[in-house]
Amino acid sequence: MSQTIANTHTTHADQAHGHDDHAHGHDPHVAHHFDSMAQQFDSAKLGIWLFLATEILFFGGLFVAYAILRMRNPEVFSYASHYLDTIMGGINTCVLILSSLTMALAVRCAQTNRRGGLIVCLVLTFMGAIGFLVIKYFEYTHKFHDNLVWGSSFYVPPHDAEGHAEAMALKTAPVAATAIVVKDPTLFAIPDLAAKPAVDVSAVKSASVGPSGMARANGTPAPEQAAAPAPGKLEEAHPGTHLEDTKLPPNTHLFFAIYYCMTGLHGIHVVAGMGIIAWLTWRAVRGDFSSKNFTAVDTGGLYWHIVDLIWIFLFPLFYLIH
Amino acid sequence: MTTIQLPSPGAIPDTIEGRPASDNYLTHTRGILSWIFTLDHKRIGVMYMWSVLGAFLLGGTFALLLRTELLTPGPTITASADTYNQWFTLHGAIMVFLVIIPSIPAALGNIILPIMLGAKDVAFPRLNLFSYYLWVTGAVLCVVSLAMGGFDTGWTFYTPYSTTTTAGGVIPVLTAAFVLGFSSIFTGLNFIVTVHKLRPPGMTWFRMPLFLWAIYATAIIQVLATPVLGITLLLLIVERTVNIGIFNPSMGGDPVLYQHFFWFYSHPAVYIMILPAMGIISEIIAINSHRAIFGYRLIAFSSIAIAFFSFIVWGHHMFTSGQSALMNTLFSAISFSVAIPSAVKVFNWIATLYKGSVSLTTPMWYALSFLFLFTIGGLTGLHLATLSTDVHLHDTYFVVAHFHYVMMGSALIGMIGGLHHWWPKIFGRMYDERLGTIACWIIFIGFNVTFFTQFMLGSQGMPRRYYDYQPEFQVYHVISTIGSYIMAVGFTLTAISLFGSFFNGKKAPANPWGGRSLEWQCASPPPFDNFAKAPRVGDCYDFSVVHWDPKLGGYRVDESNDPEVNPAAQGTKAAH
Repeated sequence: MSQTIANTHTTHADQAHGHDDHAHGHDPHVAHHFDSMAQQFDSAKLGIWLFLATEILFFGGLFVAYAILRMRNPEVFSYASHYLDTIMGGINTCVLILSSLTMALAVRCAQTNRRGGLIVCLVLTFMGAIGFLVIKYFEYTHKFHDNLVWGSSFYVPPHDAEGHAEAMALKTAPVAATAIVVKDPTLFAIPDLAAKPAVDVSAVKSASVGPSGMARANGTPAPEQAAAPAPGKLEEAHPGTHLEDTKLPPNTHLFFAIYYCMTGLHGIHVVAGMGIIAWLTWRAVRGDFSSKNFTAVDTGGLYWHIVDLIWIFLFPLFYLIH
Repeated sequence: MTTIQLPSPGAIPDTIEGRPASDNYLTHTRGILSWIFTLDHKRIGVMYMWSVLGAFLLGGTFALLLRTELLTPGPTITASADTYNQWFTLHGAIMVFLVIIPSIPAALGNIILPIMLGAKDVAFPRLNLFSYYLWVTGAVLCVVSLAMGGFDTGWTFYTPYSTTTTAGGVIPVLTAAFVLGFSSIFTGLNFIVTVHKLRPPGMTWFRMPLFLWAIYATAIIQVLATPVLGITLLLLIVERTVNIGIFNPSMGGDPVLYQHFFWFYSHPAVYIMILPAMGIISEIIAINSHRAIFGYRLIAFSSIAIAFFSFIVWGHHMFTSGQSALMNTLFSAISFSVAIPSAVKVFNWIATLYKGSVSLTTPMWYALSFLFLFTIGGLTGLHLATLSTDVHLHDTYFVVAHFHYVMMGSALIGMIGGLHHWWPKIFGRMYDERLGTIACWIIFIGFNVTFFTQFMLGSQGMPRRYYDYQPEFQVYHVISTIGSYIMAVGFTLTAISLFGSFFNGKKAPANPWGGRSLEWQCASPPPFDNFAKAPRVGDCYDFSVVHWDPKLGGYRVDESNDPEVNPAAQGTKAAH
């Protein structure tokens, strides 16, 4: 035992000696406080894994909050989940998984000295991140348009000011056209919500979305029947008209609160990931990476994978409840 | 084959390891920028140290204001109960987030850990500097929150009060705590990787000094618990700004969920504060008893055990919150079991003292204070872990006294002890030991006068955080306030003795106390790269080779009889 220690010590001292004399070629990628590239790489690897553990715990708090809210309000979650667009969420899941693949390929390219492939893969990963955020933007916009938001404003009708309603309707019309199929314009009207607290009933009665709302804003009186649709039609109502739903469970806003918290925090991580990928791309173009020095690509890749992994948990937890 | 070039006999050597003796980490480069952008762990540690001590002065000032206000029932120095609420909130938040949590790991740990380990730096020096600037950002945000109207939530930020109070500074201070949390995470992450990957050959896990084990256990808690605080504070910020209702019962949310989240971090945080202090005490007691630490492995493993237990006892802060009886019973039982590893440490320290040749140096007086105060603090914790007594004592001054015995009497006293222990190493100057010892005694007496009284106050029913109180409590409050003034005198004397060392302190030898671990084998102050050559790692608690050398004015390690160093000695040994 003691002999072993003495021997390893000799080796170390010799290395240190060589280091001081600059007798051997000194790898410029190795920081002064590391003895070797292997030690530096191992440290970076352990560091990033620990950081990923903190990320898991960071999101872990939100997952626990989700579990507790869902346990206490199962009806809210199974009801409100219908308002999420499974198709868009599914496409986003695919986009992220593909970007994970390109990231893994990027690491492989760096390890095998393929600079061109590395740059292409990093750019593709970056495009994946953009694609994810664009789809997420349309999802959020759609939800805001339908007033599927957090907190008490969930119970406030989408457009209570006439001019505002018109502007919103015009602005978001193209989005609505691509994202939803409007079957019957009258279904977008808001019914009498006297039973719901915190709602200005007169504003609700006068306001409406879509063609009828626009007509009213143009000076034409709103059709009377729009204010009180038949109960039978309510069940077919588009998700955007949640306030007309007689089955709306209390505290439905909690679902959207935790939905925006979790997907929002995840979105921030995607944006951070885009920054990291852009930085890696810049360095790849500069020619920093090689089979001897790919630590940054490797650790950046691990971060990107955890961002994907978190989404893979978020998708079923929010979109696929029913 | 000895690679450590000990200073040659004769006063202060001109050269150390082939460099001028005046070339150390403090003088290697000059100018303010060389400090602001430094990546050297020692300089970052020193910046942390001054910052933390500055925050300590501020937090201490608020403590004195609080105690002065409580001299009489009703208004004493402020007529506004809300001002008093802001003071105790600031005192708590500053002391916890800005002082005690970063004090030992980030300040002393940064300076000492790599040298003790035999490494040239921490694993990620840039991250280290970044975490210091996160600390600074947190401190600035605290000041911003004061400018924006302060905060009166208590350092625990309990909902629903924290989401409804009209105080303007709540969001900045929540952001501050969030940022400080990440500062703490990055420090912990750095230390774990450093301990795992930067140990030189020969520095096996069980050759590591116990301070390193303690810092390692602390770092695990920092990395695993703090993110939960981060997300909790983030949720609280969102709750307060856009009213999402997750913690709001009127909206279907749950305020107790906040308490669970908060204590899931903040109970482990208690061990983030105490564990490194325990590490310091292990070092000071072993070195000043000049005797191998008793039960090395037990102390090392008890640190890990405490880190483990710290994650599963948070519910004992919530016995009166309406938790189920089963949960309460479980949390109570697990809380009792934390006493086991803590007691293992105390018994081992006492066993180390037994038949040791104890040097009553200033750091040793602090270590002995720690033993006394930590025992009281720990045992009164058992009263609070007991369900029936806790219902009576919950939110009274008994709790205040208990956690001050642990947080201040143990964690902070340990920190001040460590500061005295490593001060000669950090700055290369000896302080006035007599003044330091007197200051330690004054702090010890002042501390007990202040806080032992509060045990009595609390058991008689005085609630914590109250601006006003019944007249029959006044005598205790007056005694407690006098104690706090005595402590203030003690800390002032400590400051005088430490700062005095810069003006009239004699040059410190490399090894003033007789330590064996690696930091005592490099010069005082250490050279900028710690070790020009890889150090030889011996048994850091084998003091048989440490000898007093009057020519050096300090101790010297003579390993010529060690067969690892001198094969000839092995031959002699074999002959016996």
